[in-house]
Amino acid sequence: MTVGLGHYLSVAAILFTIGTLGIFLNRRNVIIILMSIELMLLAVNINLIAFSTFLNDIVGQVFALLVLTVAAAEAAIGLAVLVVYFRNRGSIAVQDINLMKG
Amino acid sequence: MTFEIAGYQLLPVLPELLLLTGGMVLLMIGAYGGQRTTGLVTVLAVLLLGATGAAVLMLPAGRLETFGGSFVLDDFARFMKVLALGGSAITLILSREFLSEPSRRIFEFAVLVVLSSAGMMVLISAGDLIMVYLGLELMSLALYVVAASNREDPKSNEAGMKYFVLGALSSGMLLYGASLVYGFTGTVSFTGIAAAAKDGSVGLVFGLVFLLAGLCFKVSAVPFHMWTPDVYEGAPTPVTAFFASAPKVAGVAVFVRVVLTAFPDVLQQWQQIVVFVAIASMALGSFAAIGQKNIKRLMAYSAIAHIGFALVGLSAGTAEGAQGVLVYIAIYVVMTLGAFSVILAMRRNGQAIEQISDFAGLSRTNPQLAFFFGMLMFSLAGIPPLAGFFAKFYVFVAAVKAGLIALAVIGVITSVVGAYYYLAIVKVMYFDPPKTAVDPVRFEVGGVVAAAGLLNLLFFVYPAPLISAAGVAAKSLF
Repeated sequence: MTVGLGHYLSVAAILFTIGTLGIFLNRRNVIIILMSIELMLLAVNINLIAFSTFLNDIVGQVFALLVLTVAAAEAAIGLAVLVVYFRNRGSIAVQDINLMKG
Repeated sequence: MTFEIAGYQLLPVLPELLLLTGGMVLLMIGAYGGQRTTGLVTVLAVLLLGATGAAVLMLPAGRLETFGGSFVLDDFARFMKVLALGGSAITLILSREFLSEPSRRIFEFAVLVVLSSAGMMVLISAGDLIMVYLGLELMSLALYVVAASNREDPKSNEAGMKYFVLGALSSGMLLYGASLVYGFTGTVSFTGIAAAAKDGSVGLVFGLVFLLAGLCFKVSAVPFHMWTPDVYEGAPTPVTAFFASAPKVAGVAVFVRVVLTAFPDVLQQWQQIVVFVAIASMALGSFAAIGQKNIKRLMAYSAIAHIGFALVGLSAGTAEGAQGVLVYIAIYVVMTLGAFSVILAMRRNGQAIEQISDFAGLSRTNPQLAFFFGMLMFSLAGIPPLAGFFAKFYVFVAAVKAGLIALAVIGVITSVVGAYYYLAIVKVMYFDPPKTAVDPVRFEVGGVVAAAGLLNLLFFVYPAPLISAAGVAAKSLF
C-alpha cells in the first residue's frame, strides 16, 4: 500500500479534531488547552506540507514555516497571560475561570 | 523616487513601515525612560497614528500592489485603514485617565495599541491567505495582552485568558480552512482562488466554512460570539472601547474582502452561511441583551447584533451591499466610541460605575452627558433622523435589492426588539429618581462624547461625503 495525500489529510483531520476536543472537553488545566492549540496548528502544518508536496508548489511550505513561527509567539503570549492569571488567583484549573459567567 | 527591496515596491507599505518603526521608537523611549514616560508615549502614539492615517491618504490614488500581489492598497483598504487608525487614536485619547493612576502607568499599553493597529492595516490590505493569517495574529497577539493589561484585577486577567484561548482556537480554525482552500485551488492569492474556484467542490466549501468560522470569531458573530460578553465586561473600559472599534473594522474588512474577491463565483455557498450568521447574530444580540444589568455586557450583546446587521449588507454580495457594510461599520464605530466614552465618564467618588441602575436620574445630575448618551442610544436603536438609521437603511435596501426580502424583514423585527433595551436605558436616565451626583467629566472624554454625539445628530444634514467615499471604496472590490 502506498501512502497518498488522503492518508496525510486523514491524520491531520484526526489531530485537528483531537485538538479541538481537547479545548472543549478538558476540565482540569489551562496548560492542556495550550497543548491542544499547538496540536491544532501542527495538524494544519501537516495539511499544508502534504498539499505542497502533492501540488509541487513551494508556497505551502513557506506558509507552514510562518505558522510555526507565529505559533511560538502565540504560546509565549499565552504562557505570559497564564502567569499573570496564576499570580492573582493561585490556580490555573479550568473550572476556576468563572468570575464572569458566559 | 522609488523604494525597492529585492525588486518589490515599498511605496504601498510605507504607512505600515512608518507605524511599525514608530512603534519600535516608542518602545525604546518607554524602555529607557521607565514608567514615568507613559503620558509622553501615549501622546506620541496618537500623533503617530494620525501621521500614518495621513500617509495612507497621501499615497498615489488607484490600486497599488506589492509583494507579488499579497499586499493590496485600494480605495477599500484606504477607507478601512483610516477608520481603524481613527478608532485606535480615539481609544488612546480615552485611556489617558486609565493610565494616569500610579499603579497603572504602563507605557506598553500605547505601544501594544500601535502594534495591533499595524496588524489591522496588514489585515485590511491582505491579498492572500498568508497575509490574512500574519495580519490577524499581529493584531490578536497584541489584543490578548491589552485585555489583561490591568494586572491587579482578576477580572481583567480572566478576560485576557478567555480571549486568548478562544482567539487561538479561532486562528486554528481559520488556518485549517486556509490550508484546505490552498489544497483544493493550488494557490493562496485571492485572485488565483477566484479563478480556480468556479465550481464549489466539497473540499473547497469545507475549507470556506472553516475560514468563515475563524473570521466570525474575530468579528464576534453568532455562533462564535461566546467570548464577547466576558471579555467586554472583564477588560478595562478603554480596552473594551478599543475592542469594539478598531479590531471590528479590520475584522469586517477582511471578511468582506475574502468573500467578495476570493469567492465571487461560489456566492451560492457562502451566501447561505452569511445569511444564517446574520440572522443568528441579530436575534441573539437583541434578545440576550434584554436581561443585562452591566452596561459593558449590554454593549457586548449590542455589538453582536450590530455585526449581524452589517453582515446583512454583505450577504447581498453586490457593490451596493458592500457600500452598506462600509457605511454601517463607519457609523457604528462613531456610535460605539461615543457610548463607551460616556461609560468611561461615569464615575462616582473616583470609582468607575458600570451598572445600568447607576445611570438613574443622570438627566438631573449631568444633563449634557445624559442628552448625548440618550442620542447615542437612539442612534444605536436606529431611530431616524440619527446616523444609526441611515446605517441600517443602506444595508436593508441592499438586501432587498438582492432578493433577500425575508432577511431584511427579520432584520427590521430584531432591530425593534433591540430598541427596547436602548430605550430602557433612556428611561432609567430620564425618569428614575437620581442617585448622588457623578464626578465631573474629564476634558478629553467629554470632548469625544460631544464629538460622537454631534456627528450622530447632524449626520443627516450632510451625509454625502461618507456615502460617496464608501461607494468608491466598495467599487474597488469588484
